[in-house]
Amino acid sequence: MSTSAEVRPQVGAPPPEPIKAIPVRHPGRWVAMGVIAVLVAMLVNSVVTNPNWAWDFQLENAFAPPVVRGVLTTLWLTVASMLIGVTLGVILAIMRLSPNPVLSGSAWCYVWVFRGTPVLVQLVIWGNLNSLYREISLGVPFGTALTTFQTRDLIPPIAAALLGLGLNEAAYMSEIIRAGILSVDEGQSEAASALGMSRMQTLRRIVLPQAMRVVVPPTGNETISMLKTTSLVAYVPYVELFFQTSAIGSRTFRPFPMLVTASLWYLAMTSVLMVGQYYIERYYARGSVRELPATPLQKVRMRLSRRGI
Amino acid sequence: MGAGERPMVQAEQVHKWYGRFEVLKGIDLEVAPAEVMCIVGPSGSGKSTFLRCINHLERIHAGRLSVDGHLVGYREKGDKLYEMRDREIARQRLDIGMVFQRFNLFPHMTALQNVMEAPLRAKGEPKHDVRLHALALLERVGLADRADSYPSQLSGGQQQRVAIARALCMRPKLMLFDEPTSALDPELVGEVLDVMRGLAESGMTMIVVTHEMGFAREVGDSLVFMDEGRVVEAGDPREVLTNPQHERTRAFLSKVL
Ligand SMILES: Nc1ncnc2c1ncn2[C@@H]1O[C@H](COP(=O)(O)OP(=O)(O)OP(=O)(O)O)[C@@H](O)[C@H]1O
Ligand SMILES: [Mg+2]
Repeated sequence: MSTSAEVRPQVGAPPPEPIKAIPVRHPGRWVAMGVIAVLVAMLVNSVVTNPNWAWDFQLENAFAPPVVRGVLTTLWLTVASMLIGVTLGVILAIMRLSPNPVLSGSAWCYVWVFRGTPVLVQLVIWGNLNSLYREISLGVPFGTALTTFQTRDLIPPIAAALLGLGLNEAAYMSEIIRAGILSVDEGQSEAASALGMSRMQTLRRIVLPQAMRVVVPPTGNETISMLKTTSLVAYVPYVELFFQTSAIGSRTFRPFPMLVTASLWYLAMTSVLMVGQYYIERYYARGSVRELPATPLQKVRMRLSRRGI
Repeated sequence: MGAGERPMVQAEQVHKWYGRFEVLKGIDLEVAPAEVMCIVGPSGSGKSTFLRCINHLERIHAGRLSVDGHLVGYREKGDKLYEMRDREIARQRLDIGMVFQRFNLFPHMTALQNVMEAPLRAKGEPKHDVRLHALALLERVGLADRADSYPSQLSGGQQQRVAIARALCMRPKLMLFDEPTSALDPELVGEVLDVMRGLAESGMTMIVVTHEMGFAREVGDSLVFMDEGRVVEAGDPREVLTNPQHERTRAFLSKVL
């Protein structure tokens, strides 16, 4: 063969000299590093020396019981609203993709209304629904009412907060999930149907798990965004982190440091969420990549064991 | 076919349109139990479409198509036809296995899970039995040691063999193969054809759309040549391949042989 003639004989020939070349210099990087270092130093200096940041005041209040309660409220509001959003979002996405025009049409309208109006407005409307409908009745449609509730009792601020956040989120989640379902190769549902699996089984066992790979990253994004959006329920009004820090800020006439405290809390919580997202994404990547990359923790362990520690 | 034996697949004047385009222009054919029928023909002649009609992945618009004596996708009462519900269609498909050109394994499941999924979910068989059956089938296709691999960790030939095991785990009466080796590298074709040959010897009824004329000649009991939505020629594979009667068959065979 002609190729074998070009192959060098393996035995006898000395290995070629390793290449010794002068690496490319990157003077631009050093300049950029210098500029950034100076800027960071200036920032740190001002943050430490300017008394208006009031770090000791912040530290005093950052872990005050009302603030901690606010943090917890913010967390569970985020989780609960996302649960409502994802559950309803899955239902809406399935409706939207249904061949039944009534179902897909209503899902479309839902997304149109809830995505098309500001969430702040929706929250205020839910919070003040009693000025629109004083009473809500259950009974025959357009006929006699069997039971009647006072709207104020039926939708307390907590329900208004959850409805406002969850229903709005459902509109966004349904679009994310719909995109995920559409991203799954049609051959997959075809193979499942050919095996005699029902439409629901195919969706639950075959299509949705594969859609997750596309759905999880934007959902993480939505969760982080939701954590911050919960600050809007202060207008319902419902008491959470931002409400509490603002209250302390106005009571002590030092609003600015408390804004920083709130921001730091939000930043801490979103950081934790980002770690969670990393592991969830990894879980849903199984099967689609030949070998999963090591987690940061595993990398540290590998390094330590290599050094025999 | 022996007298009184009913055909596994019977197609009478099957027509199908995609919009205005007539894909199938009156297909007539019969497949006896334990028969291996190979279908060949140029691209776009409607081979895949016909195969997909047999398990109702596509619906036919005229004619009659039945599997093991039952109409596909319809119930007949008196002289009226009733469309089947999704659930009834799914039940009909339990008896018909299908193997695709692109394997279509479920990528988020291991080979073993792929094979076990449908018997567990669609048939509700007990897990222990399904597992034993699935492992036996993986053994039969020569992949006992790859049971825990994901499809992305398998070669094309291995994936297609898992796909065959997956279809067999439903204990089908009829197996449909749509160009099972066309997406494979040449050196992997043999391992899949070997599995199919074994299956044919075990008495499975098979319809195989293929370009592997050697397989058709050795394993096939009958050969059908399709062109432009019609069956142009059908008969014993050795005869059709060596002595084609129609001009179009001759032209096609001269290109692929
Ligand atoms: N969903 C569809 N809508 C419209 N036309 C279609 C559709 N599916 C297939 N066709 C057309 O029907 C014809 C037959 O397609 P089919 O896939 O059955 O051919 P085939 O014989 O399997 O070809 P190949 O050897 O390339 O797989 C082709 O002309 C194709 O373009
Ligand atoms: Mg085809």
